[in-house]
Amino acid sequence: MDDQPLIRIENVTKVYVTGDVEVRALAGVSVTIQSGEFVAVMGSSGSGKSTLMNILGCLDRPTAGTYHLAGREVSRMSRGELAETRNHILGFVFQNFNLLSRTSALENVELPLVYQGCGSRERRKRATEALGRVGLGNRLDHTPNQLSGGQQQRVAIARALVGSPQVILADEPTGNLDSRTSIEVMALFQELGRTGITIALVTHEPDIAEFATRVIIVKDGLIKSDDRQEQKPAIVPPLPPIAEAPK
Amino acid sequence: MNPLQTLRVALRAIWRNKMRSFLTTLGIIIGVSAVIAMMAIGAGAKAQVEAAFAAMGTNMIILLPGSTTAGGVSGGFGSMPTMTWDDLAAIREEVPTVKAAAPSLRSNQSIIGEELNWSTSVTGTTPEYFEIRNWPVDEGVLFTQADVDAGAKVVVLGQTVVLKLFGPNASPIGHTVRMGNIPFQIVGVASRKGQSAQGQDYDDAAFIPATTFQQKISKGLSKYLSGTIFIESTSAETTTRAMKDITDLLRQRHNIPPGGDDDFSLRNLSEIAGAQQQGTDTMTTLLASVAAVSLLVGGIGIMNIMLVSVTERTREIGVRMAIGAKPHNILLQFLIEALSLSLAGGLLGVAIGVGIAQWLAARFKWPMLIQPDVIMVSVAFSAFVGIVFGLYPARKASQLDPIDALRYE
Repeated sequence: MDDQPLIRIENVTKVYVTGDVEVRALAGVSVTIQSGEFVAVMGSSGSGKSTLMNILGCLDRPTAGTYHLAGREVSRMSRGELAETRNHILGFVFQNFNLLSRTSALENVELPLVYQGCGSRERRKRATEALGRVGLGNRLDHTPNQLSGGQQQRVAIARALVGSPQVILADEPTGNLDSRTSIEVMALFQELGRTGITIALVTHEPDIAEFATRVIIVKDGLIKSDDRQEQKPAIVPPLPPIAEAPK
Repeated sequence: MNPLQTLRVALRAIWRNKMRSFLTTLGIIIGVSAVIAMMAIGAGAKAQVEAAFAAMGTNMIILLPGSTTAGGVSGGFGSMPTMTWDDLAAIREEVPTVKAAAPSLRSNQSIIGEELNWSTSVTGTTPEYFEIRNWPVDEGVLFTQADVDAGAKVVVLGQTVVLKLFGPNASPIGHTVRMGNIPFQIVGVASRKGQSAQGQDYDDAAFIPATTFQQKISKGLSKYLSGTIFIESTSAETTTRAMKDITDLLRQRHNIPPGGDDDFSLRNLSEIAGAQQQGTDTMTTLLASVAAVSLLVGGIGIMNIMLVSVTERTREIGVRMAIGAKPHNILLQFLIEALSLSLAGGLLGVAIGVGIAQWLAARFKWPMLIQPDVIMVSVAFSAFVGIVFGLYPARKASQLDPIDALRYE
């Protein structure tokens, strides 16, 4: 692990003002995450875990406090700079996959590279590679509606991976998947974690959190607990191989 | 993200909703094709008017003698003969921009044929008159300068007079008619000239040598030329110059001091032609402006559909932003989409407009007149419409908050 933590947030608060009602979604949170960690953020709905993830993901700026990501203070960046940070340092995986419909898997995965300004040949090469890494090397031209939920989430993971990010942020990545597919996806995350990518995922399922190396529980806008744990290996039960299962 | 990729994304989005895209561009298509067709109609009509005036002779100048003022009552042009035969000779010889000049002495005379008679306008003139008026003979010959010098009793008849005196399909050459008991030999029949804009029948006329007219009809030789002078300038471009030169010459010959009123008047058909053209130009502008309004309406249609598109694709915008699209990437994407729609409409409109113009040209036998600048301006205008009306939706898209956009159902 580096001397400098990859993620360091200090005393971050986030206050939403709707009309004259103030909602304190985060009430002073400090977290440091080292490079290569696999962190699960848990909490009930309304606990502030989504707000925390939005701030970690540079989608939102904190009301107060500082956020250093890969050595840079990002909490006061402009919209354009935040977009660039998301593009180069982060990768996103969403609960509902958020793939562009009627667009092939390959083109979906190419998208972050498009905004990086890569040439089309390099984009194709890297996207093909990323899809190969998630086990979909033979599904390049399939559109999302021709893929199963698990396959769609793999495409989404490939898309998160393709820009060589340092952190992958996953918001309930298994929320729309059955348990077998969930384990498969978690196995993929663990595999990525072993290659040195830092992973932060939000979940409300304790058995999903077991696959992480560290569990942070958020409650009422504060961190309630932060424990490192022995990672449970995600082993897909045999029978039938999901990736090939027709849907 | 380079512009080419943005363009591809935009084109794909358009292609995905083919029917909707087509209906959206329909406004622009109709607008542009209408503008082009209207301009072509205007240009065709203008060319026709020009051709009509060219046939009448745009380089024709009419010189009228001045007016009398008696007891405060002006007599109007031509009421007093102020021009002399020497003036005519001077105009012919001293003004280089004058190609030809001919006198026109007129009187209404009863012409008596072998069986019938007919009252018509008799013009005493010289052979140049027919050249100036672009008016050849159909049958026989014109009288010659020799006839004029000799004061020969010969006459060239207009078609209407021939019809009235001899009936249809008659050949009157060589026959004799009488005017006030003086026999005239018919040497030629002028070709059909038709009617003037005021309904006057040009063919209801007879022409005799000017000298004969003076001797036999206005009786007695006179120093003054009691009629008008028809003048042809060397070309349409030199007409104005010729008019000025003639004015200077006559003022000098008539000893008119600077500041004094001319005792003659010059008229030119190109002024009437100009007025006519202004009329067609106004009409064209009117038609084109109406068509341009439909372009504007087409632009609003594009804005409308772009707003729908932005709302529909809010989630896509959120995803694009989350994975690194900057606000200006999103702005450009939607702007190019709007621009592609309007430009495609513009080009289609040009094709249709040119087609309509071609059909009209063939239908009404107009010259095919499609000005490239009209096409360029209407295409540029449709692109401008796309940018103007695409900007608001595109800005709206680029200002979306990625979190809200991702959450949008």
